[in-house]
Amino acid sequence: MTRRIKIDNATWLLAGLALAIAPHAARLPVWITLLCLGVGAARLFSARLPVRGLLAAIAAAAALGVYGSYHTLLGRDAGVALLVVMLALKLMEIKSLRDSMLAIFIAYFLVITHFLYSQSIPTGLYLLLTVAVLSAALIGLNYPGKPLDTRKRLRLTAVLMGQAVPVMLVLFVFFPRVPGPLWGLPGDAYEGLTGLSDSMTPGSISKLSQSGAVAFRVAFDGSPPQPGQRYWRGPVLDSFDGRTWSAGEKPGWKADPVGVAGKPVGYTLTLEPHNKRWLLALDLPASLPTASSLSATYELLADAPVRQRLRYHAVSHTAYLAGADIGAAQRRRALRLPPGYNPRARELAVSWRKSAQDDSEIVRRALALFRDASFFYTLRPPLLGENSVDDFLFNTRRGFCEHYAGSFAFLMRAAGVPARVVTGYQGGETNPLGAYMIVRQSDAHAWTEVWLKNRGWVRIDPTAAVSPQRVESGLAAALPEGEPVPMLARLDSAWLTQLKLAWDTFNNRWNQWVLGYGQERQYDFLSRLGLEMASWKELAVGLAVGVGALLLAFSVFMLRHPKTGTADPAAVLYRRFCSKLARAGVVRKPGEGPQDFSRRVAGLRPDLAARVNTISKLYVALRYQPHPRPAWLQRLKELVRSFKA
Amino acid sequence: MHTAIDHAVSQAGQIILGKERQIRLAFACLLAHGHLLIEDIPGVGKTTLAHVLAQTLGLDFRRIQFTSDLLPADILGVSVYDRESAAFKFHPGPIFAQLILADEVNRATPKTQSALLEAMEEHQVTAEGETRMLPEPFFVIATQNPMHQIGTFPLPESQLDRFLMRIELGYPDTRSERALLQGEDRRSLIAQLNPCMEIGQLVALQQSVRAVHSAPALLDYIQSLLEFSRQSPLFDCGLSPRAGLALLHAAQAWALMEGRDYAQPEDVQVVLPGVASHRLRFARSESGMERTSPAACLLDAVDIP
Repeated sequence: MTRRIKIDNATWLLAGLALAIAPHAARLPVWITLLCLGVGAARLFSARLPVRGLLAAIAAAAALGVYGSYHTLLGRDAGVALLVVMLALKLMEIKSLRDSMLAIFIAYFLVITHFLYSQSIPTGLYLLLTVAVLSAALIGLNYPGKPLDTRKRLRLTAVLMGQAVPVMLVLFVFFPRVPGPLWGLPGDAYEGLTGLSDSMTPGSISKLSQSGAVAFRVAFDGSPPQPGQRYWRGPVLDSFDGRTWSAGEKPGWKADPVGVAGKPVGYTLTLEPHNKRWLLALDLPASLPTASSLSATYELLADAPVRQRLRYHAVSHTAYLAGADIGAAQRRRALRLPPGYNPRARELAVSWRKSAQDDSEIVRRALALFRDASFFYTLRPPLLGENSVDDFLFNTRRGFCEHYAGSFAFLMRAAGVPARVVTGYQGGETNPLGAYMIVRQSDAHAWTEVWLKNRGWVRIDPTAAVSPQRVESGLAAALPEGEPVPMLARLDSAWLTQLKLAWDTFNNRWNQWVLGYGQERQYDFLSRLGLEMASWKELAVGLAVGVGALLLAFSVFMLRHPKTGTADPAAVLYRRFCSKLARAGVVRKPGEGPQDFSRRVAGLRPDLAARVNTISKLYVALRYQPHPRPAWLQRLKELVRSFKA
Repeated sequence: MHTAIDHAVSQAGQIILGKERQIRLAFACLLAHGHLLIEDIPGVGKTTLAHVLAQTLGLDFRRIQFTSDLLPADILGVSVYDRESAAFKFHPGPIFAQLILADEVNRATPKTQSALLEAMEEHQVTAEGETRMLPEPFFVIATQNPMHQIGTFPLPESQLDRFLMRIELGYPDTRSERALLQGEDRRSLIAQLNPCMEIGQLVALQQSVRAVHSAPALLDYIQSLLEFSRQSPLFDCGLSPRAGLALLHAAQAWALMEGRDYAQPEDVQVVLPGVASHRLRFARSESGMERTSPAACLLDAVDIP
């Protein structure tokens, strides 16, 4: 005998609301969280409700408070805050069943708002739990009569949610995906997306490198290129103000044609949203994905900021000749330096210029400087003074990729060699379980391009001169012992790596097939089902038909298998007998008594009359007489088995 | 024992022609310890049926013609000052009989109606501060005219619920009509009727009705009928628990008259129109349902478990 726990509806309701609000608490101002806790405690420990006027005053004050915290009532954050506050206050005026239902439906809505912040699997599972608890509360509220026992409540909830699954699947597959989001998310929904930025100061990339977040995942059509070739080109920075490298104003020239050699590398890249326009591509992209363009500095730019996970196919050439002949404007721009600043570096560069025969030699000398002088590759460089390049080259000599790239480009420009900084990602981790490569924010990197006569823009990575392991084996191998390495870039024990990779594979599938199930995937999937190029209108019709068919199938099932609630073997046998007769064309009406039915059968099929009469009599005796004998059941069983209509 | 009932039924059938089902229902109602309401237009034999029942069962019979000026005291009785004994003496009204025919019950004022209905429910009468028991058995057969007439007071639902059954007689079929036209005067026929049983026999029969076995499956069926009438939007309001008891007892009585010691779904179905028709009404929104009766609709909708 199991002990039956009874939890009343109010507790379920409170638990559901708490679950629905909880993840928002971290994002909301503290006072809202405290308000919610206070209201919850008040409802839990006291049955008294505040007077209506007071509640209205509190509601007005809370709305003002939200306005005070966000300076608006619109947008994602303020909207969610307002919803949470009003839901909490609704709790203070729950008097009737209707109020409770309203609170639950607001909470369902609140559940959806979590997806504005995160669409990961844990979020989904958590919200599934929340919906289950809310539904359990809803079921309890609508359950007639005595309070619902917890086991029964949970069973009903499971049944309800199980019944929703087929409808959910149909909706997911067939709901028309209109190109672009169906409605715009509020503008503040994209804050806090990490990624490369369009400027680079010493320290900016090393900060990014602490993040283990995935920047993008890439699956190569063939075998992946060598580690030393895996430079993922991002924003190109060719404007220096003495401290910061930035993209500067839009250049006035068009991208020069690119000559290519060797085998092209094709790949499909799934880019995490970063709210900027650039798309990452293997150095140097040759084909453009749809809705994108190539900038003058060979950056791949999307037509709109990337605010949703984006999947595209691109082709690159790792051997190329770009900008064999550059114009005067481009050359001037690639040599621009602000006056003043870093006199010692300038002096060194000028001395190279004087003694060197050509630009290539200057490049070699600079790389030799980085290689031979005692430079250290570290994520924790010391702070630099006003003349940051001088300070770095001659004093501290400890830095991260942006220090090397920045000072190298400075030296080149000072020596009269056109140069610019390229940022992006370098490397990536192969996931053997999913046959794709993960590139994380910690793989963020900066390198340089110098323009050499006859060779065009040539990629030079000064970091490779200091720390070749960075390029060959990744960040973790390159950093000295004791440095703080981002969690997910660590070279851990085998099983942890396995687990990590398995999780990422799963995540990738989720991204590709659940979150990334957009218009293209939908077309793809539907054409495999033989629904070639269905328009979204046809899809809407298909959707209505699909859901309708499901519901119809379900109701037919319900009607054909009525839940009688009796396990009386005599009734089961009699039903079998009736279905045998039904197959012969004599259908018993559900409300027809056995004796009446027997008489009707006798009229319709006189040949069966005797047997039907015996069976009906036995059945009635078993079912309605005071003390049925077990032998009758045996007899009925035999008669029904041998009965043929 | 049921031979006595069969005999009574056939005897009644010789006077009221072609109405065997209604006669059986009326007997079942009385055996189930219930009061009967007969509703039909004038002249189809309502009063005759009541007469026949009283006569065949050998009951002490009184008829009260309800009119708008009838007072409660006219039914219950009055105390009159007796000069010889120098005290008030109670003169019992017509209600102190074993079978009352309350003719055209809807023509009396609500005050008088409720005096009758209290007597029906309590089997006792309170007049001038004194409670007096009514004879046992005690039956009321009320008749009313369904045509809306000026100056009537239709019985409210709460009082209709006191009647175990309401039946309608309807016109006789051609054959019965011809027999009726050719036959003897009904009144003299009634006078010739012999009682088919003694009072003690009737009381014993009433007791054996309660002893008729009602299996769990039968109770399931009755409960699903009640449940459906309460849940379905078809009806204004569902059947009351009292209606449920009435249904069970009437079905048991019917089973007994059929010679069985157990009730089966068909018994419930036979008595249901009589038991439910005055308690169930279609919701106003359900137009187009006028052709079927609420009871038939209920029987169609509910499965026999």
